[in-house]
Amino acid sequence: MARRRIAITGIGLVTPLGIGTDVTWAKVRAGESGIGAITRFDASEFTTRIAGEVRDFDGTQWGMQKRELRQMDVFIHYGLAAAKMAMEQSGLGEDRPDPERIGVYVGAGMGGLSGIENTWETLRAKGPRHGISPFFTPSVIINLAPGQISIRYDCRGPNMSMVSACSTGAHSIGEAARVIERGDADVMIAGGTESTVTPLGIGGFCSARALSQRNDEPTKASRPFTQSRDGFVLSEGAALVVLEALDRAVARGATVIAEVVGYAANADAHHITMPAPGGEGAQRCMTLALRDAGLAPEAIGYINAHATSTAADTIETAAIRSVFGSHAYDGLAVSSTKSMHGHLLGAAGSLEAALCAMALHEGVLPPTINLDDPDPECDLDYVPHTARQVQVEHAMSNSFGFGGTNAAIVLKRYG
Amino acid sequence: MSDSIKEKVIEIVVDQLDAKPEDVDESKSFTEDLQADSLAIVELVLALEEKFEVKIPDDEVDKIKTVGDAIKYIQDRTK
Repeated sequence: MARRRIAITGIGLVTPLGIGTDVTWAKVRAGESGIGAITRFDASEFTTRIAGEVRDFDGTQWGMQKRELRQMDVFIHYGLAAAKMAMEQSGLGEDRPDPERIGVYVGAGMGGLSGIENTWETLRAKGPRHGISPFFTPSVIINLAPGQISIRYDCRGPNMSMVSACSTGAHSIGEAARVIERGDADVMIAGGTESTVTPLGIGGFCSARALSQRNDEPTKASRPFTQSRDGFVLSEGAALVVLEALDRAVARGATVIAEVVGYAANADAHHITMPAPGGEGAQRCMTLALRDAGLAPEAIGYINAHATSTAADTIETAAIRSVFGSHAYDGLAVSSTKSMHGHLLGAAGSLEAALCAMALHEGVLPPTINLDDPDPECDLDYVPHTARQVQVEHAMSNSFGFGGTNAAIVLKRYG
Repeated sequence: MSDSIKEKVIEIVVDQLDAKPEDVDESKSFTEDLQADSLAIVELVLALEEKFEVKIPDDEVDKIKTVGDAIKYIQDRTK
């Protein structure tokens, strides 16, 4: 039996570039940065005082009552807003399948850090009876993001969270596509959501010396592939897609933004935070995703790299070189959109896959901004500074996470 | 005193349950009329405890079904 084809029919984005898919995509096309000074807490004693915060978010505009907002951590607010956007764009209204055929795979890297931090303070101040809200646990645990989405949209199919650090969003989409492929659902809401611009979120990565300290030039701080890169920029937000069996989407007249045609997940089995030498695990992951899609390396026209603006950018470049050979220097465009939106951790992979879908749909390749001084070891075509109008047929999105967990997704232009 | 307890209880109910002030009176049931689930009721009880400096034991909470029940409970213990 032929494998079921998977369509993306809706995208919902809440990012430091804006709240909404159109505004985020417009900023990506324009090569703008969403990075600024941290406003959520007093970061004056931290070595890093910049982040990609979501600005002007009002949950009541996205169908949440004030009381409900109190009962959910911020990462769930973002997830619900993104789900609303994605479902509205998909147009799944009257012609929804049976609720049991709709599932939700939405994950996060860390979950409700702000709720955990705030509750720890109230516990210390007021004691256990009055210091801990009865909503504490269901507000901070990761799978309440897909849980809350399922309650609002009556999705009675598979419901869970992938947790794979910075690969979470990509694994969520890939695994959700598998659910439809094997016939366990017809529609899946999938992706990642994250909100960790908090003292522990920022501080943990500061202590690991992972973050950029370019505090005086926030919009230039995320600069993948450059000699002067000094760490990643922590961001927050949500990126969800509606995946749907292609035949079903076409039959109901939905707009197909792109197809998901390949996916792979694997591990480095090497180190807790560092990639394997030469990006060995990443190489295998990209190769497996190409095999899953039934494509030769030359078929890929664009890669949205994981490239976080750290030492690992060189390793990913080497891995791409190894997998794509001469094609890496002849027709393959590679960019890091983290240069604009920063690193959304658990939402990064789904945001970047969504931007690949937009790139295929609109015929525009997103740029790598701030590429002023390329690292000599980073010598690919990174679409520097400005977006490029090119229609490619296939795009790949790479995601690699702490723990040595990797994901690669291959998308195809539809039409 | 009792009028001000009534007003304060209603104020807390309105705030905790996101209700409209005109929808809250003594006859209203927390679960039936004000859509409070068991967790929301716990949260409301904790807010009342803090406001009136009383302790409402769990087995008493089960008996507080309406706004009027809550007002009476507080009035009886703060006389």
